[in-house]
Order: sequence, then structure tokens, then C-alpha cells
Amino acid sequence: MPSHHIAVAEEPRDPGTEQRNARVGLRLFWVYLAFYLGFVSVNAFAPSVMDTVLAGGLNVAVVSGFALILGAAILALVYAYLCRKPHGAAR
Amino acid sequence: MIHDPSTLAVIVFLTFVLFTLALSFYLGRKTRSAAGYYTAGGGVPWFVNGVAFAGDYLSAASFLGICGMISVYGYDGFLYSIGYLGGWVVALLVIAEPLKRLGKYTFADALDKAFNSRGIKLAAAISTLVVSVFYLIPQMVGAGVLIRPLLGFPHWAGVCIVGAVVTLIVATAGMASTTWVQFIKGGLLVLFAAGLTVLILQRGFKADASAESLLPQTVTIQPDGTKLVNGLPQGRGEGETDLRPVGHISKLPGGQSETGPLNPVEFLGALRDSEVVLWTAKTTTADDGTKTTTYTPKPTAGADVLRPGNSPTFKGIQGDSLPAKLNFVSLMLALFCGTASLPHILIRYYTVKDAAAARKSTVVGIATIGGFYILTLFLGLGAMTGGMLDVTNSNMAAPLLAKSFGTWPFALISAVAFTTVLGTVSGLIVAASGAIVHDLLGGTLKMTLTDGAKVRIGKFASIGVGLIAVVLGIVFEKMNVNFLVGWAFSVAASANLPALVMLLFWKRTTATGIIASIVVGMLTSLAWILLSGDTFKDVYGLPAEQSPVPFSQPGIVTIPLSFAVLVLVSLVSGRTWRSGPA
Repeated sequence: MPSHHIAVAEEPRDPGTEQRNARVGLRLFWVYLAFYLGFVSVNAFAPSVMDTVLAGGLNVAVVSGFALILGAAILALVYAYLCRKPHGAAR
Repeated sequence: MIHDPSTLAVIVFLTFVLFTLALSFYLGRKTRSAAGYYTAGGGVPWFVNGVAFAGDYLSAASFLGICGMISVYGYDGFLYSIGYLGGWVVALLVIAEPLKRLGKYTFADALDKAFNSRGIKLAAAISTLVVSVFYLIPQMVGAGVLIRPLLGFPHWAGVCIVGAVVTLIVATAGMASTTWVQFIKGGLLVLFAAGLTVLILQRGFKADASAESLLPQTVTIQPDGTKLVNGLPQGRGEGETDLRPVGHISKLPGGQSETGPLNPVEFLGALRDSEVVLWTAKTTTADDGTKTTTYTPKPTAGADVLRPGNSPTFKGIQGDSLPAKLNFVSLMLALFCGTASLPHILIRYYTVKDAAAARKSTVVGIATIGGFYILTLFLGLGAMTGGMLDVTNSNMAAPLLAKSFGTWPFALISAVAFTTVLGTVSGLIVAASGAIVHDLLGGTLKMTLTDGAKVRIGKFASIGVGLIAVVLGIVFEKMNVNFLVGWAFSVAASANLPALVMLLFWKRTTATGIIASIVVGMLTSLAWILLSGDTFKDVYGLPAEQSPVPFSQPGIVTIPLSFAVLVLVSLVSGRTWRSGPA
């Protein structure tokens, strides 16, 4: 094929579903961003809070770090659950 | 430290490498078209692609760099784990699906879809090359780190071996083999890291209160290049000595001598109530040029190890200096924004069939990568207290931790880690080669190339990029790989993310705005890094105070700047894109 563009099969478009999925994604993104910014801000401007010991001898630093990692995985699953496929796409 | 090779480790290592190469040759026979070479024909199953995401992402920085940083400074290394994973939320929720719908080979396709602009292709291609090379440096450094204890070869030999093997992989099959190598290696890395964590928890902690464990150690390099350890020539013969392995707990809670097996919460709790011996390094140079590095043990409360601010990178957050705090925020911002801007991650969205597969593979990637990052805290702290650390090189913490459990764990972990480096380097080289052939030659210079020519030129480009990576991997030997990756994230986030996000969500974005944003983001972040205190100190050997920039991490300045430039230039240039977000 002489052209620099290669033909790749286009998937069916469904602007309504695409925009709905994008809205869901953005809402969840803002939720995570708020937690992430909160975590970074506390570390930067109130680091002594991170020393506070919670249950089991774990401090806020460790618990909040684990929560952000596990929270991302949970959010990803929620997003996958809420998203729809475009009309006409194979299920 | 002198590291002796073990026959078993060498056999396991060679088996892994030969298997990887055989897989590449096998898949390479099926790859004929450019679409096959650069995107595996878009036919990779979403689950395989998701685990391959983990393979791409859990690079030398994640395994060697984070574990190394945690083993030396504690919680600060874990901050990288949190930031790296946070970046995947941006990739999944903001970028994945529209990017898949817009592009074909490279992320420049997506940026350029509405404009067909040579300028966008050129700017995106250069940005891809710069970020790929920046990201390649720590991978090559990591390769050298692994080869030393495994085969006993010097650092440069490890870098050259990786360069040669990866060039063979990429030059044979491109994205298809890279994907399957990443899938296997990503899965194995997480499984072996989990196994290693179980061994760490089973071992628990032992206290070592011996006087010898608290003796300082020195390494002296004389003007003629002779190396002395604690005043004696380094070696195993008579009249020679070597550095002691370090990393232990000096006091356990309640005066215990050992804890026995612990569960994860008990492990962290016991460490918090213990005293750990960390090590500081200080280098002095005498008038005759003799350079002496003194490593001094520093008993540290476990509670301090489990809070942020222990490392030179982050220590400012415990003080009152605003620039130091902004430096930390800046790095965390770059890690958050950088993942969704990395070329070798972005091209993986083109290896699956549709947007839904892109989404599902990202979810699998997040689950796999998140699981690994949780383990990094245990791996790093296990290395910190396992008594096997090389005081001269933090990057070796993870393989040496495995070595503390015997030759088999060491052999398996080293082999998987080496394949990790191979896979990540392969992905980066495919991304760079795609940028050269598809964006520079095809898009910018409008060269008409047959499919076969694209693949051939791509393979030559891969060899060229591989050679550059080898040279830089040797030059940057001593730098923590995690730190180097932080730079790559800053450049990627500043150059690529604003253009991608605004293209998707702001209808008045113009081609000129995108070009200006990429160029300004890339140049300002690069300039900031080259003028930073860390670069002055670690690369130029100059006092950090001479740096003209107030803190080392550029993201907090250059990412908003890149957004602002895009908005301003788009408004001025006035051409609107009305087709709506993808």
C-alpha cells in the first residue's frame, strides 16, 4: 500500500453513548482527583497528620496510600460497569 | 560490593532470555504489514493487552527504583507508587476511549485527525522521541544493575546485552512480540512479587545489635583509579576486603530478638515500633584528587521510616520551605499527568479492536499494576531489613532481597526483572520507531512508502534508538532509576497531556495551538530539568545552590503553562474545530 495511511476498520460510532461514557468518566475522574489532591496537599502542607496512628498500628500515610491505590482499582471497576457500548457494536 | 555469579541464576536467566527471543522470532514470522509491526494488527485480546499494560508500565523504575528507594528511605518511595497508579485513572477515565477512536498508529494520529497538519505530526514525533529516550535511560541503567549480581559483568556489559537483545526482539516482530512478552512478563512479575512478599512476611524481623553492624564504611578512589574499601584494596584475597552488606533492624519492640511470621498489618506495625539502621553517604575530595565516600549508619525510628520526608527528594516537606513543598507537589502532579502521555502506553490503545476493549484492558491494567504497587511497600521494607543491601547502589535492593531467600528466588526474580526491562525497552523503541516512520517520514515529509519499506525503515530506526539508549544507560549509571523516570513523566505530561486533553474537550482548539503547546511544554520542561538543582548536583557536579530555578521538578509550572499557551494561541489563531469531542 503506497500511502502513509493504513486502512484500519472503523468501529461503529454512537455519539450519544460516547458522550454519556465521557461524562461518567469525567465525574469519576473529578472524585479521584479530589482525593489525590487532598493526599498530596496534606503530605506537603500538614505532614504531621500523616504520622497519626490509626487502627492496627498503621499510620495515616500508609492507610491513605493503600486507599488511593485500591480506590483507583474500585473506581475503574465502577466505570467499566457504568459504561455502555455504542449501539450496533457486538456485545 | 563484589557480586559473584551463580550457575543456577545464569541458567534460569538464559532460559528466560532465549524463550523471549524464540517467541519474538515465532511471532515475527507472522508480521508482514506496517499495521502488524506497529500495532499488532489491532487484534490483541483486551485481557492480554491489559496485563501487557502492566508489563509495559512495571518497568525498571517500578521494580528496581521504587523498591530501592523504599529500602533506603522508607515511605518516600511508596509515594511514587501512589503517583504512578493515580496516572492510570487519568488514562482510563479521560483518555483511553477517545484516543482509541481517533488514532491508528501513534498518538500524533489522534492529535492530527481533525487538522491534517504537518506541524502537529512533526511536534508530536519529536515529543515522542524525546520522552522515549528519557524513559529509555532508566531502563538501560536498570539492565546494568541486574546484570552485575546475576552474571558478575560490569554495568556497561549489562546495558549492551539489553541493547542487543531488544534490538533483536524489535527488529524481528515489533508490537506483536512486544505485547506477548509484556503479557508473560507482567503476569510473572506480579506473581513473583507476591511470592516474595509472602516470604518476607514469613521471615518477619530479626534484630542485629552487633557493634560491627554499626561501623561506618568507606570507598576511596585514588587519582590512579585504584579503589580502596575501608583503606584496603577491594577483593576477596589476602590483604583485601569488600563492603559489608547492610540493612537491618537494631531494636525490635519489647526487646525481642525476632518476631517470627507476621501478617501484613503486624509487619507494618512491628516496623513502626522498631529502630532501623539506615545509611547516609557523604563524598569528599582531597587536594590530590582522591575521592572518599563515607557510608555512615544512622539508627532511625521505624515511625520515621513510615512517614513522608525522609529522602533528599522529599525531605523539604517536613520543613517550612515553600519551594521544597512545591517541588513535591510538582512531582506528584507530573506522575499523575504523565502516565496518560507516555508514547509506549498510548500506542497500546491501538493494539485492541475498539474503544470498549481499550477501556476493559485499562481496567485490567489498573488492577494488575495496583496489586503490584501495594506489594512494593513490603518488598522495599523487606529489603531495608533483610541484611543484603549494597550500600553503594539502591537500585539493586530488589534482586538482593530475593538473594537473601536463596538462589532460586534470586534467579527467578532477576530473570523476570530483566525481561521486564527488555519488554519496556521494546515498547519504547517501537513507539520511537513509529514516530520516525509514520509521523516524521510519512506525515511531515510526505514520503510515499510501501508497507514493507515502513517496516524496514522502522527496524533501522529501532537500531538507532537502541544505540542511543545504550550510550545514555552507561553515562547515567549512578542515578536512581526512579528519579530518572520522574523526569520522563514531567516532560511527557508537559508536552503531550495538555494537547490531548484540550483536543478532546475544548472545541476551539486549533492546530497552531496544539503545536505551540507541545513545543512550549517540551522545551520548558527540558530546560527546567537541565537547570535544576538536582541536575547541577548529580550530573554537572556543581553545587545545587547555583541552579537558577527555585525547585527541581518542573510539572507545576510547565503543565499549566502548556495548557495556557494552547488556549492563548488557539484563541489568537482563531481556527476552530467544531466537530465536537471524540
